[in-house]
Amino acid sequence: MKELKIQPIKNGTVIDHITAGNAVKVLHILGITKSSSFIVSVAMNVKSKLGKKDIVKVENRELDPHEVDKIALVAPKASINIIRDYNVVEKHRVELPDEIIGIVSCSNPTCISNANEPVKSRFIVINKDPTRIKCYYCEREPEEISERII
Amino acid sequence: MNLKGKDIISIKDFSKKEINSILKFSKKMIPYAKGEKFTNILQGKVLSTLFFEPSTRTRLSFESSMNRLGGRVIGFADPISTSQKKGESLSDTIRMADSYSDVIVIRHPQEGAARLAAEFSEGPVLNAGDGAGRHPTQCLLDLFTILTEKKAIENNNVVLLGDLKYGRTVHSLAYALALYGAELTFVSPNSLKMPKEVSEECKDLGVEPKYTSNLEKAIKDADVLYVTRIQRERFPDAEEYNRVVGIYKIDNELLKYANDDLIIMHPLPRVTEIDPEVDKTKHAVYFKQAFNGVPVRMALLSSVLGGEL
Repeated sequence: MKELKIQPIKNGTVIDHITAGNAVKVLHILGITKSSSFIVSVAMNVKSKLGKKDIVKVENRELDPHEVDKIALVAPKASINIIRDYNVVEKHRVELPDEIIGIVSCSNPTCISNANEPVKSRFIVINKDPTRIKCYYCEREPEEISERII
Repeated sequence: MNLKGKDIISIKDFSKKEINSILKFSKKMIPYAKGEKFTNILQGKVLSTLFFEPSTRTRLSFESSMNRLGGRVIGFADPISTSQKKGESLSDTIRMADSYSDVIVIRHPQEGAARLAAEFSEGPVLNAGDGAGRHPTQCLLDLFTILTEKKAIENNNVVLLGDLKYGRTVHSLAYALALYGAELTFVSPNSLKMPKEVSEECKDLGVEPKYTSNLEKAIKDADVLYVTRIQRERFPDAEEYNRVVGIYKIDNELLKYANDDLIIMHPLPRVTEIDPEVDKTKHAVYFKQAFNGVPVRMALLSSVLGGEL
């Protein structure tokens, strides 16, 4: 019998097919921290048909699939599954939104978005696969996006 | 085309059709820019010039433009005399200038500053250079110069020379020239090569730029030679600057290789990259180019404030 590394959840959200090693970044982008009240399980480097992947399960909390789209920055192949009474009632492949606000910092040290101004970082998505974004303010493209997560 | 209330932040915010329309309006402004005709279409309007970095041509030509249109100018040319010294944020300075005037022109050392200013200003904002970023009004006057000197922008082989890495005018200009389908050749020392993203943008527009460090060879087929200064202030260290400064020099000896109708442009200030002996040749158009800043900026100020001739 196939043994599950983490138990199925009764109600909540499962984020599957996260790029291996990026589960913690996904939680960070979603604002799920130790001060969050719900139960979160994380499995990293789980074997799958396409190699290794990470999985995040959030119990008793249905995340808005479109709100979760921004994790496509670090997990472009992830899927969002809404679970009710152990059944998947909604499935959604993440897709990058057209704009990324307040998640990635600009890699240009002299960009005005890195100065002490009352604005959030803002990036325009110029290509979804492979992911390419450019700063709304200085128009630079960060090379390693996952290293620029705020 | 209606540009009333529009910000002028990056040349990329404009279509070719819009650029053509601005250039056409700029041509109509020439007699007013020269003081041969008079107009008061911006009477009662106030321009704020916020120059957080030094400027001669850009600031003076904006001020001249506003005065020639019958408007008034307030502002500063040196941030030392402002509240920025007391730690005021740019956004607060912009809110204040916006409440004192109808249009803002800003030059700032940080990239993206003009875009940020536009977010906090209700009136239009014109970018007069943001760090190593964009300088759209310079780009428009460069296009206007090529158009008036060569009768068309397309079908020219344009050689961009010098500091192509840090020089903000060449980034915008390369993009705009590619928009018109002009041929592009980039000549620079290896350490000051045009950034990859600029040539990628040109390729996206269907123009494959050529890269070389050999100026003699590049100048043979050139219709336009656009020279830039190696900017000491953009170099992280003096050693790198000293290695490359003076590597290219335009003089009459070099011009023996050039086409008869080659034009030489430069955004100025120049230091040693163009020998003064070149000024007297028919190739030199850089002082005309500097003058062209006035009709182009007059057209822009009129357009964003809804003034019509």
